[in-house]
Amino acid sequence: MATWTWFHRFGSPPWVYGFAARWAPWFGGAAVLAMLVALYGGLVLAPPDYQQKDAFRIVYIHAPSATMSMAVYSTMAVAAAVGLIWRMKVAHAAAAACAPIGAWFTVATLGTGMLWGKPMWGAYWVWDPRLTSELVLLFLYLGYMGLRAGIEDPQKADKASAVLAIVGVVNLPIIHYSVTWWNSLHQPPSRLIGEADMDWSMVWPLLVMFLAFFLYFGWVLLIRLRAELLRRERNASWIREVLA
Amino acid sequence: MKASPLAVARLVMARDLRLAFRKPSQLLQPLMFFMIVATLFPLSLTPEMSRLRDAAPGVLWIGALLSSLLALEFLFREDAQDGTLEQFALSGQSLTWMLFAKTCVHWLLTGLPLALFAPIAAAGLGVPAEAMWSMVAALALGGFALSLIGAITAGLTLGARRGGVLLSLLTLPLAVPILVFGADATREAIMGGTILPQMQILGAIAILGVTLAPLAAAAAVRIGLE
Repeated sequence: MATWTWFHRFGSPPWVYGFAARWAPWFGGAAVLAMLVALYGGLVLAPPDYQQKDAFRIVYIHAPSATMSMAVYSTMAVAAAVGLIWRMKVAHAAAAACAPIGAWFTVATLGTGMLWGKPMWGAYWVWDPRLTSELVLLFLYLGYMGLRAGIEDPQKADKASAVLAIVGVVNLPIIHYSVTWWNSLHQPPSRLIGEADMDWSMVWPLLVMFLAFFLYFGWVLLIRLRAELLRRERNASWIREVLA
Repeated sequence: MKASPLAVARLVMARDLRLAFRKPSQLLQPLMFFMIVATLFPLSLTPEMSRLRDAAPGVLWIGALLSSLLALEFLFREDAQDGTLEQFALSGQSLTWMLFAKTCVHWLLTGLPLALFAPIAAAGLGVPAEAMWSMVAALALGGFALSLIGAITAGLTLGARRGGVLLSLLTLPLAVPILVFGADATREAIMGGTILPQMQILGAIAILGVTLAPLAAAAAVRIGLE
């Protein structure tokens, strides 16, 4: 059962601690490299949009952040479910490490969206369905972190927040759908950029940036996971050996 | 001995109803809160009926949401403190069914009375008489869905030191769909349209809640009791 041995190793905090230490620099280096390439492609090589001029370039941060804000939530929920079902301490630590990263991606999405909205829509905030569901997503992240912080017993906090993350995943599509319905009654949905109209010279930096953001997430997650493991296992003997 | 889940649920419902009617003041508090919130809006917004009518769906639903949050505090906390929930969990009977029964009673004692009293507040906000039944139906159904979601979050905050604000922070984002469709049904009723689509979606949310929420609530309560 070779396939299961690698999975079991992920249940061992010392092994994961070492694994994260080994892989974090690779993720970090690749993320920085991809980000530099994408930034050069997006800010220098890509021509200005004929309608939005240079303001469209904010998409290179905005769209990957938006994707990550949701991808991190699902990662967190999967990690939480793994922790709940197989009682893996490391999975709970990973879920805990995901939450602040995802919350910051959500803040970045909202912030860049607002900066783009001011020149384009004439207002920082519009009650657009996508903006609104992103805002609710931020509240879900904050609620998750609030619940974690509110329960003193760490194991209880792990399990309770895991249930919340799973409930949130079931609810997110319903929230998104309800907000879309709500908005369609009040104003026509505002379209962002028609993606099919984008020229290849604009598209490739965006794709590279998506990759860069994924790598960046992996990098930060590994660093946070190590910190989380150090904090949780501070009384374990392997910590002393590792840090000696 | 394992009793049938329905029999257990019936016993829990009878117990909760009996306890609730011995403390009537606790039953009235969320209702009074709802009435006060509905009174504050004309005072802060405008006494003009036509403008109040535009705001009425939002006022009624936010009032209902907040007062159901207030009542949520009573759902598990007392039973957790005096050890009743622990006995439930240890009894060997289905905790899921017991909590489902508790949630139903909670709705019967808070969500349903609120829906029935809402026409008084609604009349003051300029909602026409023809719209009342639709509004009551939407509030009753939406209130049931709110109680189900609330059962999960109330269970999750059992382990927290101070549940109050945290409970709102967890519940409100999850309640967004109910607020959207419920307020929209009320708006539609005021304008004299059909509320069938909104009621169907609220019903779908409630059914999804009935199937999943008691399971999640039972898991949450077990974690809180550990």
